[in-house]
Amino acid sequence: MSLPAYLPILFLLVLSTLFAVASIWVSSKLGPRKWTVAKLQPYESGIVPEEGVAENERFPVKFYLVAMLFIIFDIETVFLYPWAVAYEELALFGLIEMGVFVGLLVAVYVYVWKRGGLEWAE
Amino acid sequence: MADTYLQVIFWAFFALMAIAGIRVVTTRNVIHAALYLVATLLGAASMYVLLYAEFVAWVQVLVYVGAVVVLMLFGLMLTRAPIGSANFDNNQRLVGAVCAGLLFAVTSFIMVGAFEGQEIDFTGTEGTKVQSIGEAIFSIYVLPFEIVSVLLLAALVGAVVISRRDEGRVDS
Amino acid sequence: MGAIADFLGGPDVVIAIVKVVVAFAALLVATLLTIWFERKVIADMQARIGPNRWGPFGVLQTVADGIKLFFKEDVRPRYADRWTYGLAPVMAAVPSFLAFAVIPFGDHVTVGGERVDFIVSDLNIGVLFFLAAGSIGVYGVVLAGWASGSKYPLLGGIRSSAQLISYEIALGLSLVPIVLVTNSLSTVDIVAAQAGSVGNVDLFDGTFLQGVSELFEVIPNWYIWSQWPAFLLFMIAGIAETNRAPFDLPEAETELIAGFHTEYSGIRFALFFLGEYIHVVVISAMAVTLFFGGWNGPIVDEFLPWIWPVGWFLVKTIAFVYLFIWLRATLPRLRYDRLMWLGWKRLIPASLLWIMVTAVVNVNPEGVDEQTLRSIRLAVFGALFLLVLFVVAKGDPRLKQVVTPERPRSRRAQKQGVKSGSS
Repeated sequence: MSLPAYLPILFLLVLSTLFAVASIWVSSKLGPRKWTVAKLQPYESGIVPEEGVAENERFPVKFYLVAMLFIIFDIETVFLYPWAVAYEELALFGLIEMGVFVGLLVAVYVYVWKRGGLEWAE
Repeated sequence: MADTYLQVIFWAFFALMAIAGIRVVTTRNVIHAALYLVATLLGAASMYVLLYAEFVAWVQVLVYVGAVVVLMLFGLMLTRAPIGSANFDNNQRLVGAVCAGLLFAVTSFIMVGAFEGQEIDFTGTEGTKVQSIGEAIFSIYVLPFEIVSVLLLAALVGAVVISRRDEGRVDS
Repeated sequence: MGAIADFLGGPDVVIAIVKVVVAFAALLVATLLTIWFERKVIADMQARIGPNRWGPFGVLQTVADGIKLFFKEDVRPRYADRWTYGLAPVMAAVPSFLAFAVIPFGDHVTVGGERVDFIVSDLNIGVLFFLAAGSIGVYGVVLAGWASGSKYPLLGGIRSSAQLISYEIALGLSLVPIVLVTNSLSTVDIVAAQAGSVGNVDLFDGTFLQGVSELFEVIPNWYIWSQWPAFLLFMIAGIAETNRAPFDLPEAETELIAGFHTEYSGIRFALFFLGEYIHVVVISAMAVTLFFGGWNGPIVDEFLPWIWPVGWFLVKTIAFVYLFIWLRATLPRLRYDRLMWLGWKRLIPASLLWIMVTAVVNVNPEGVDEQTLRSIRLAVFGALFLLVLFVVAKGDPRLKQVVTPERPRSRRAQKQGVKSGSS
């Protein structure tokens, strides 16, 4: 019963997407449209936006590190789920296996922590 | 009757994947390319669902759509954030096409060689259960599984070294 | 009826359509009511009246607001990226709807010989689907930030997507212990495992504490008793995932104007709003499903037996929605570095530790009758765990130093005071 179970998911996806797109469309037909230069300017609390400033801005590389850490822990989570489902069968052997796996990741985690990879306030 | 519906759904997702895949390489905006990649990956997930591999499908969404492409978006925004539509094009298209073609040929060759002539009977199947995946990983493929953790370790250490190199101070 | 069913591909398809339409409509109504409920409760807590014009107790206020937003001008800022700008609100709203699909909101009912379960779709990997749907939600934020072509949304977008992915790990890890004790990723199985009462615990049989043993027959067999550290972790991460107070940094109006949706107005803004409130309802419903027995309740009457579980589910979910609102009225917003500190340095190690504790306690499945004892052991470990959290994981000691306020006598003294204070 795997595929019929996905039928409602597909319907829900279609229905909610249609709803979102349709409400934007209906609103664009119902509302007025008198665009002016001031209206279309980026909102910066009344200060006139400067051109070209944003292009030189760069984000701290930390955000990249967070995303990298995220992938690694995400993969770990993905391994934890089948392990948890099969845990009753695996018992002690499974515990040791996962202990080694998590242990290695904790070692990395401690390394990142010590290197200051988790610090935000500089 | 249900078979016809499945065919329709399969070809619809196939068309989505194909168009999005082509757009990934033809669009001039890198952020758009990443978004088309998301559409391609979601299409791949739907293919897994149609092949009764729902665990793999949702792992695909969770890891590739939810994490890998987000990392790519971060990477793009960190370097050329506000521009996005910058001209990233260069004259290495031919090399790229040749590489992609070779990769496709090799993987297809391996896949066909490994599974040629095999047919999977989907009538009345329950699909692969998560429990059997778990038992397989943690009993047959123990060693690869533990090696994965070493791989993750290497990736993370690399990320830290690269991102923290120019900070000047090692420990705080 | 039969002909239509055959045309659509059998009764399964008809049931699916009806379920989806009902769930979708219910979610929309729930959003309208939640927004009204929030405004009323917060008004109450701040000694105001709140909305009271449209409908009884102002309950139609949200409808009026929604209709108004439909008639607002559809503005797209000059530097916005046209298609991505339009896509972002859709990407924010749709995953919230999808996540509801795996939540069982009642038992089942038999209509015309067909069994209809009160869940949009009982997937074998329901918990994973819930997480995957949540992970797509990041795109709404990051795309809105980038596509607006404006500074503050870009800053806010990157910042809040970093927040979302950080807490997503904690959310994913906090659900593993539940899967570990249920051995299933299906939400229906998880609810079924929590049916009935804790059962016969013969710990105190034959002693003067006999009454305690009988007490266990009344306590419902919910996971909250043994898995409450997981529940705490789930709730903290879940609130952060919904971008609600005290984790509402994405819309920190004082520093980022409104974060990723600064440039959004009218119905597009309403879609972000809709996504957020559906997410609140879904996280509440998930907390009920995983830790508070789902639709299980003490009373199921013969009269309309299917409506009672739905009622229990609603009562519990509304209690959690109230919790969300209460937190917003009470707690101040976290600073960004404290937010990342909590997520990365506290929640993730705590949830990993709790997974291993649960695994160790459950390692030896000798028999089913062991179940209750194991739960008790877990509860005891949970108490110890919280103790460890309080002792080890307390906040930055530098921030907890006691200082006595001094009144500076002169500028000179003030300067010296600052110098000695900082050294």
